[in-house]
Amino acid sequence: MNNKDLLNLINITVSFEGFLALNKLNLNLKKGELRAVIGPNGAGKTTFLDVITGKVKPTKGEVIFKGKSLVGRKEHKIARLGVGRKFQSPRIFENLTVKENLEISVTTPKSPLNLINKNIKDEQLNEIERLVKIVNLAQKVDSKAGSLSHGQKQWLEIAMLVGQKPDLMLVDEPVAGLTDEETDLTADLLKSLSGENTVVVIDHDMEFIRRLDSNVSVLNQGTVLCEGTMETIQKDKKVIDVYLGRPED
Amino acid sequence: MSLSKIKFDKKIVLSFWIILIALIIAAPTILPVFRLNLLGRYLSLSIVALGVDLIWGYTGLLSLGQGIFFALGGYCAAMYLQITSSSEFPNNIPEFFALYGVEKLPFFWEPFKSPVFTFFAIWIIPALVAGLIGFLVFRNRIKGVYFSILTQASLLVFFNFFNGQQKLINGTNGLKTDVTQLFGQMVGSESMQRIFFWITAILVIGAWFFAKWVVKGRFGNILIGIRDDEPRVRFTGYNPVIFKTIIFSIAGGLAGISGALYTVQSGIVSPQFMTVPFSIEMVIWVAVGGRGTLLGAILGAVFINYAKSLVSEALPASWMFIQGGLFILVVTALPEGVLGWIQGDGPRNLLQRFGLKRKIETYPSLEVNNKEGNNE
Repeated sequence: MNNKDLLNLINITVSFEGFLALNKLNLNLKKGELRAVIGPNGAGKTTFLDVITGKVKPTKGEVIFKGKSLVGRKEHKIARLGVGRKFQSPRIFENLTVKENLEISVTTPKSPLNLINKNIKDEQLNEIERLVKIVNLAQKVDSKAGSLSHGQKQWLEIAMLVGQKPDLMLVDEPVAGLTDEETDLTADLLKSLSGENTVVVIDHDMEFIRRLDSNVSVLNQGTVLCEGTMETIQKDKKVIDVYLGRPED
Repeated sequence: MSLSKIKFDKKIVLSFWIILIALIIAAPTILPVFRLNLLGRYLSLSIVALGVDLIWGYTGLLSLGQGIFFALGGYCAAMYLQITSSSEFPNNIPEFFALYGVEKLPFFWEPFKSPVFTFFAIWIIPALVAGLIGFLVFRNRIKGVYFSILTQASLLVFFNFFNGQQKLINGTNGLKTDVTQLFGQMVGSESMQRIFFWITAILVIGAWFFAKWVVKGRFGNILIGIRDDEPRVRFTGYNPVIFKTIIFSIAGGLAGISGALYTVQSGIVSPQFMTVPFSIEMVIWVAVGGRGTLLGAILGAVFINYAKSLVSEALPASWMFIQGGLFILVVTALPEGVLGWIQGDGPRNLLQRFGLKRKIETYPSLEVNNKEGNNE
């Protein structure tokens, strides 16, 4: 652990009635890093995000974000500290328009008084305009989010994540159900976000992970099996055994 | 939103206003006092329905306990009226106390000697009680069916408490208001009832504008967000507990105003306001009128209650069947309620079914937008 780290997970154990979803997991993220997390089904990838965002309280261990412990904090407090999350299946507010969805994400402060009293600030409106252009939804700002295609929903959720201006972005399977072209665009978008932001991407799609060109952590049975670049982990024997499959298969 | 939809909405709103203003102006001259009084009562019920629409239609909180706040508002108004009209009774306290041998006014009656206090108490006390109950429930993340059960259980607790307190608030007999005096006039008199009708009509419009102001913009969008996906709202950095507590408290305050207006026009407040069926009826008015439309809640409350009194006069005892049937019809055929059905594609679909309108070949949004040359 050092001062440049944005996030440290120290010996995280999560036990669901005896079943260890995470088992002494250690993981450190530097500021501005782009990190891919892969692993077979049930490896604990989503639980790992749940622990950081406060949805699941770890049985043991410590989560340090910007020098503060996140364990025991409420979800909305963690979000305000600067942790943003995109869910596996797109979770947007389908009964609201694209613009209203983004308004919810860019609004600060997120207090009832501010929302009911004041109009949205001009710079926030400009931010929305910028975001819809990035994700190609400029024509759709006044459409109900529920009427968007699956890919557009994914992109809207990514735009909502960016609009929240989090220091740490947790992105769960952003390219599930996207076309190849959309997948490539998403990879470029996430790459461009890192540097300024710290991004963690969870996915199965190996082509997509390769395209991210980042450090990769491999999870298996609730613990980090191996870390390194795509080339390193592809040669790692343990990883091949549990995840990539043996060559003779 | 497409152009035609906006125009359509405007037409509805405009026609609503014309009908409403005409009704309010004409009502006292056209209707006999008996009918006017009924209309006034049903209009006052529409205020509690507005609150139900805010918490259920917009925020997804199905409360079966709005009768609590409704009755609290009614009791506040009735206590003031009783106390100001008690000068000729023994000990200068309301008449019923003598029946139970009470000689000293219970302490919590004291502040109700003041009209100013009462004016605020009518809506602030129910709002505070709702806020407190709401906060405790929401903080513990109780939602869905459990929330509904809990509100109904609270209703029963309040009902039983009020029912049993003869020495404090005349228990099951309730507090009568029609023979009390206000500004030197009998509350139950024709002239007073006419004034109450005007006050109610104005307050319904006021409450409607207030509710519209609450749900417009980002605050209302957060409410809808909580209804549709509460954890997502939380992960975006909002605390749903505060939003839910505020809106539940607002609905409680509206229920209090509604209860006070209803009490002075029906002449009595009693624990009967806190029975389970009555609170469920409030939900039915909103479901039939149209959830999440506000206007639907007002129309639902007024029309269902008017229908109830007309049907009960003609065919006594059949109303419960009709009300039940209405509810089943709405749930199965018009899940959005009558107004929701009109605002949606309901009339168009019906006309199509009878061959009176061309069928839509592609997606509705494409057709509508092409017709108007909207760029998509």
